[in-house]
Amino acid sequence: MKDVQVLEKEIHVGINSDQDIVAARQKGRALAIALGFSSGDATLIATAISELARNILTYAKCGEIQLTVLHNSTRPGIQLIAHDTGPGIPDITLALRDGFSTSGSLGLGLPGVKRLVDEFEIVSEVNHGTTVTAKKWKL
Amino acid sequence: MEVPILKQGDCLIATVQAALTDADLLHFRTALIQQVVRCRSRGVIVDLTSLDVMDSFASRTLREIAQMIRLRGAETVIVGIQPEVAFAMVQLGLKLEDVTTALDLEEGLAHLGKGSASSA
Repeated sequence: MKDVQVLEKEIHVGINSDQDIVAARQKGRALAIALGFSSGDATLIATAISELARNILTYAKCGEIQLTVLHNSTRPGIQLIAHDTGPGIPDITLALRDGFSTSGSLGLGLPGVKRLVDEFEIVSEVNHGTTVTAKKWKL
Repeated sequence: MEVPILKQGDCLIATVQAALTDADLLHFRTALIQQVVRCRSRGVIVDLTSLDVMDSFASRTLREIAQMIRLRGAETVIVGIQPEVAFAMVQLGLKLEDVTTALDLEEGLAHLGKGSASSA
């Protein structure tokens, strides 16, 4: 656990362009590897970040991805928070249904991301923005 | 980041070598289709061995590329999808339906009828 203590506890990546999507997922992967996540789980984390950042860019135009190192009694984890102050999601139940999309994209974003992580929570208010919180624990 | 596209006989081989932004992917799509037309290619291999993340946008763009190339009368084979990437794609629900995939460049070439070890 010595290595973990020297890590940055929190990383913020502003999402304003498609380049920021790449930057955010690369930082997420690097953090996961540094915490000892397997390469497979690091890929799941990077993919989840890519998808959440893409949602920010598509629906809200800008926002932020925040990565935080977590520790419970037995193992480390990573918390991903995707926050924007965009239009919000009117019907979260519908947005979490596979195949649903309002932007003409694949409509896999949220339900797909939920499957990539261990814990998933979404808070959204119309006209005020959306915050998705996801956690992945090291096996 | 530009994706290099090599011509080998009547095939094209495009090798993704670094992380691609959405803009890079769209640029790659255009460049590859143009090359298919210019070279009158019969087959195209897109090598994703170095790709570390495939999200919904990359997956959709690759499907579009394969569909466009098919409309030109040529065939696309996606090769080299890493096991971790494949796992994440399945979890995310990305299927790359209707797109031919192969283990690696050699198998991709074999699928296109270009022989395997001898020409690789």
